[in-house]
Amino acid sequence: MGLLSKKDSKLILDPLADNNPITIQVLGICSALAITAELKASIVMGLSVMAVLAIGNVVISLMRNIIPSKIRIIVQLVVVAALVIIVDLVLKAYSYQLSKTLSVFVGLIITNCIIMGRFEAFALANGPWRSFLDGIGNAAGYALILVIVGFFRELLGSGTLLGFKVLGDPIEKKGLYALGYENNGFMLLSPMALIVVGIIIWVQRSRNKALIEDH
Amino acid sequence: MEHLELFLKSIFIDNMVFATFLGMCSFLAVSKKVSTAVGLGAAVIFVMLITVPLNWLLDHYLLQPGALAWLGEEYADYDLSFLSFIMFIATIATMVQLVEIVVEKFSPSLYNSLGIFLPLIAVNCAILGGSLFMQSREIPTLGLATVYGIGSGIGWFLAILSIAAIREKIRYSNVPAPLRGLGITFIITGLMAIGFMSFGGMLTGGDEKPKEEQKATVTKQENNTTPSNEVKNSEEKTKEKVLANNIKVNE
Repeated sequence: MGLLSKKDSKLILDPLADNNPITIQVLGICSALAITAELKASIVMGLSVMAVLAIGNVVISLMRNIIPSKIRIIVQLVVVAALVIIVDLVLKAYSYQLSKTLSVFVGLIITNCIIMGRFEAFALANGPWRSFLDGIGNAAGYALILVIVGFFRELLGSGTLLGFKVLGDPIEKKGLYALGYENNGFMLLSPMALIVVGIIIWVQRSRNKALIEDH
Repeated sequence: MEHLELFLKSIFIDNMVFATFLGMCSFLAVSKKVSTAVGLGAAVIFVMLITVPLNWLLDHYLLQPGALAWLGEEYADYDLSFLSFIMFIATIATMVQLVEIVVEKFSPSLYNSLGIFLPLIAVNCAILGGSLFMQSREIPTLGLATVYGIGSGIGWFLAILSIAAIREKIRYSNVPAPLRGLGITFIITGLMAIGFMSFGGMLTGGDEKPKEEQKATVTKQENNTTPSNEVKNSEEKTKEKVLANNIKVNE
């Protein structure tokens, strides 16, 4: 990170592990879990949130001195909603099939607590460049968890990654399936997303004892 | 009958938390005590009851392709549906503010119990999700939209109430240290979601001859709901027994 000072690179790297938005700050779980049955959808969702959060953070940070604090929530919602409409239209134009899979969850980026949380906690008190980095960092932390969950759910649930059959062909009994391996269809159902995130939290907290809660 | 069916469906089968994971943030953050969970749950039902029908009206008379026909012929081919996100969230945010003011004026006791939760609700994904699902599932009438709103609200209430009850009890059991707090709550929610999936069979019976057997299916549904509720209760009882045993062992 030659380009960035030490303080700035901390803004990006912190949310990736020790201050992860999903596993530590408990933000943005709402729209994250339902779409992680496929790796591709998780990646696109992560990128959409990154675009909205980075640009939104900059916009709010530029306006932070002229927003009256009483109506700031409505102003923030309007900024996010406008950005999400752009993302939604772009997705519909370039990858219609995927936007059907994501259905209402693109719209739900508006109420994704990560976005409001970062606006409130960071963009309202910091300059545009630092807010931009904070947005990228937090969205990357969010995308990281999404990609991990999507990876395991797609691999174990349908035996594919990004649509490629990495474990062989289940119908012609090739690859791993020749040995009698079966896909675990349960991984594709939504409850398993919660359990996978629970396991990620378990692993993370057993590696870093400082994060353990006392109840 | 349609209304009852949609009502039960939105509470149990399409439960906001367990089937679509909406409103998870406040679900996890505010479920440490039963009393606060009840307050937030009640506020969600209240706001859903108002915003879903209101957004239905907006959708049908303003946003849908051709919805502006009531203004005159030259407006008949306008399509404003790309504005729906911004309209819905603006409605929700203003309604929440309005409800807060009205409740404060006319029922201070209700305001004191809901008070702090009302502003939180504007950013609860379950509320916006309710309106977006109402739009994408093309719910045909205002009555059905109201029923859908209140049903989804009650489903969310049920979910946060049960997780808060479990979390109050789980404090006394010996959870592995790294899983304490958030981790175990995720896993319990996952298990509850698996439990709720069993409600999926509730409305599928009797599809072959819908007209003749309509009454029969309805009674069947009702029969179906009660035993599964009892099963859930007994499950919870056994859980509590296990927990009570654990406490004794610890002592």
